[in-house]
Amino acid sequence: MWLYALRRLLLTLPILFGVTVICFALVQIAPGDPIQNLLSPTASQADADRLRAAYGLDQPLPIQYFIWIGRVLTGEFGMSIANNSPVAGEVFRAFGNTIVIALISVALAFVLSMILGVVAAYRSGSLIDKVITAIAVFGISVPPFWLGVVLVIFFAVNMFWLPATGMGASGSESFSYFDWNDLKFAIMPIIALTLPPLGIMTRTTRAAVSEILSQDFIQTLRAKGLSEMSIMLHAVRNVMPAAVAMFGLQLGYLIGGSVLVETVFTWPGTGFLLNKAILTRDIPLLQGTILVLATAFVLINLLVDLIQSIIDPRIKRS
Amino acid sequence: MRSTNMRNAITAATVALVGFGLAVPATAAETVLRVAMTAADIPDYTGAPDQGYEGYRFAGYTLYDALALWDLSSSDKAADIVPGLATEWNIDPDDNTRWIYKLRQGVTYHDGCQWNADSAIWNFERVMKSDAPHFNPRHVGQMGTYTAQIASVEKMDDYTIAIKTKQPSSLFPYEMAMYYMISNCAVEAAGNDYAAYSAKPSGTGPYKFSSVVPHERLELVKNETYWNPDRIPKHDKLVLLPMPEASTRAAALLSGQVDFVEAPSPDTIPRLQSAGMKIVTVPYPHNWDYMFNMSKPPFDNLAVRQAANYAINRQDMVDMLQGVAIPAYQTLIDSQPWYGNPVKYEYDPDKARALLEEAGCMPCVIKVGISTSGSGQMQPLPMNELVKEQLDAAGFQVVLEPMDWNALIGVFLAGAGQYDYNAINFSMAPIDAVQGVLKKWMTRNAPPNCCNWGFYSNPKVDALGDQAIAEFDKTKRDALLTQMNEAVVADASELYIVHDLNPRALSPKLEGFVQAQSWFQDLTPIVVNP
Repeated sequence: MWLYALRRLLLTLPILFGVTVICFALVQIAPGDPIQNLLSPTASQADADRLRAAYGLDQPLPIQYFIWIGRVLTGEFGMSIANNSPVAGEVFRAFGNTIVIALISVALAFVLSMILGVVAAYRSGSLIDKVITAIAVFGISVPPFWLGVVLVIFFAVNMFWLPATGMGASGSESFSYFDWNDLKFAIMPIIALTLPPLGIMTRTTRAAVSEILSQDFIQTLRAKGLSEMSIMLHAVRNVMPAAVAMFGLQLGYLIGGSVLVETVFTWPGTGFLLNKAILTRDIPLLQGTILVLATAFVLINLLVDLIQSIIDPRIKRS
Repeated sequence: MRSTNMRNAITAATVALVGFGLAVPATAAETVLRVAMTAADIPDYTGAPDQGYEGYRFAGYTLYDALALWDLSSSDKAADIVPGLATEWNIDPDDNTRWIYKLRQGVTYHDGCQWNADSAIWNFERVMKSDAPHFNPRHVGQMGTYTAQIASVEKMDDYTIAIKTKQPSSLFPYEMAMYYMISNCAVEAAGNDYAAYSAKPSGTGPYKFSSVVPHERLELVKNETYWNPDRIPKHDKLVLLPMPEASTRAAALLSGQVDFVEAPSPDTIPRLQSAGMKIVTVPYPHNWDYMFNMSKPPFDNLAVRQAANYAINRQDMVDMLQGVAIPAYQTLIDSQPWYGNPVKYEYDPDKARALLEEAGCMPCVIKVGISTSGSGQMQPLPMNELVKEQLDAAGFQVVLEPMDWNALIGVFLAGAGQYDYNAINFSMAPIDAVQGVLKKWMTRNAPPNCCNWGFYSNPKVDALGDQAIAEFDKTKRDALLTQMNEAVVADASELYIVHDLNPRALSPKLEGFVQAQSWFQDLTPIVVNP
């Protein structure tokens, strides 16, 4: 298994290389220039050129890329052009802000979807199945940023229950999940982030459970006189590998930062940072963020695969 | 079951925390003014603000002073400059390229560093002397334009400097109202590393730096010992929060998270008012326009430019914006001294059509670069749709090319010759005669120089501009600038559309804010009631 993990890890290197090359190229294709944000509209060409040289942006593109990758290999992510601050600090701070709400959201979605999916599969065709399916379809189809705005209007503007925007009463640096005054800032983003994976995972669980329930071995178990509870446990155990795979996939998506949700709530996570980096053409910041996200995505998938093979030995054998 | 337990736990935790909060003695009612900015990020606060003039408003004139400052104490007149870190300035009677500045005595930076001639010269070197240890290319990008005319700066005594300009420059003091002085001691203490300086920035302004959470909030506290006692802030703390989304700003104000909101979107204003928020508006030197590319057809033709101006129903636009704008008939607003009495292009679609036919451009196809957002751009998408509709109705055929703000800035900086746009919707601030008249319309300010994007050129205007720059008598100079402006309007130099009224929404708890006719505002008189 360790060999397998190592091989997978090595395979991530070309993936990361590809991702960074593509992102670097995309920023270059887009019109605009990181220097423009640093210039007053009345600045002269000479001032612009000096600044461009100061950030190495006057070099040919491949050289710029290789200088960047060379630095990254020595553990240095460079400086953000827009903010004149180290990229590593920016990215890891944002990653920390995103990972916690992403984990909470996916965990919440996982637990709820297991319950809802199993119940729906067991009561297939009943009213409760229809209600759960409706919730799932709502979760899949409602745009999370729209949901975010609706939540803000209801909970913040009309009811004054929750704050509308930001991360914590005095910013993310002093944010604590154990202080209600801070925690309440996280509630609406978590709801908006939970719903889409909840929908997808509920649908998947329901389909998987009902498929298993129709298999022969369930008949056998029933014939043996097993209680419904034990039969359900068998079914759930069989669904687990698929559910864990979904968990990993959804976590990956949310870590990529739900750009829209984080923007609606001004939640200073990776999606928020990515959006900022794109709009200001802040190439070092963009590259740094992408690299960390891609690495996280690949690692999460690897972890999920390993967990899957632990809970379902058939996968390892194949 | 689980969720009930969770809720109970949260309730218990809340009760405990609230109880704890009550047990701690309240610190003698610190008053905090929380402002939601439209900026997407915290502006640079090291003395060279980015993010447009909003950066100057909140991270410039709060922490820092310039030799001259804008008088922001009145809503009734266009803001002009008054003494700041200099108490007076005069042109040398024997040399009309030499300005003598008397510096204010007894002023110290927030870190205790002394403000004097040495500090002033050190500050000019910051952007002018590329081999100085404290030279800062980022500051040059933002501030270099204000020192571009300076040939040299000389210390005459501890509190007098002489600034030599490259040519006679009667409006030079306006440039000096934009150039911030930062503490030389603080930069030296940071080893001339501006990233380190940004952890402890120090100016002479009415607010002192307190703390920053990158991208989220900038906290300033009042400077109790500010040199101008009238402008010591009437609140203890100023918290600045970037919130680029208008709906987020409105929600933050309505839910009590902030007290002062920049530029609420017109459609949220009725809702804000019904919740008891105060909406303040004032005309200020803002200009929402199309810059014409006059280097090629069809806008090289005066008739086509006039046709466009006659085609615009400005009142329609004002109505769409719920009255938070006023019609524009030229670049300047009418309280500015150079407004004059030029031609007025009232809405007349028939005349527009006739002019287009006369010019032989029917339908007159034009490609316009627009942005999806940006400083001063108001609500660019619906507004440009309306302009297109009106121009199309008069015989134009407008192709709108939307792009993000950064890309449009690129189009502007490159000049009209580099792209095939016939016009761009680019809002610039005509805050004074330099920005609003001279730099916009003189031939020598055409690309690659700033800011005559579309290659406007009129020898008469150039001659008037040269005279004005060399005229040190204010009345005579204003007369020349007025003539110049009138000539430019007669040439229909831009598509004049509207001036923003700069709406702001204030919590009913706030008192004392006077909205100046300026891009900059003085927050110091604001009282925050409990």
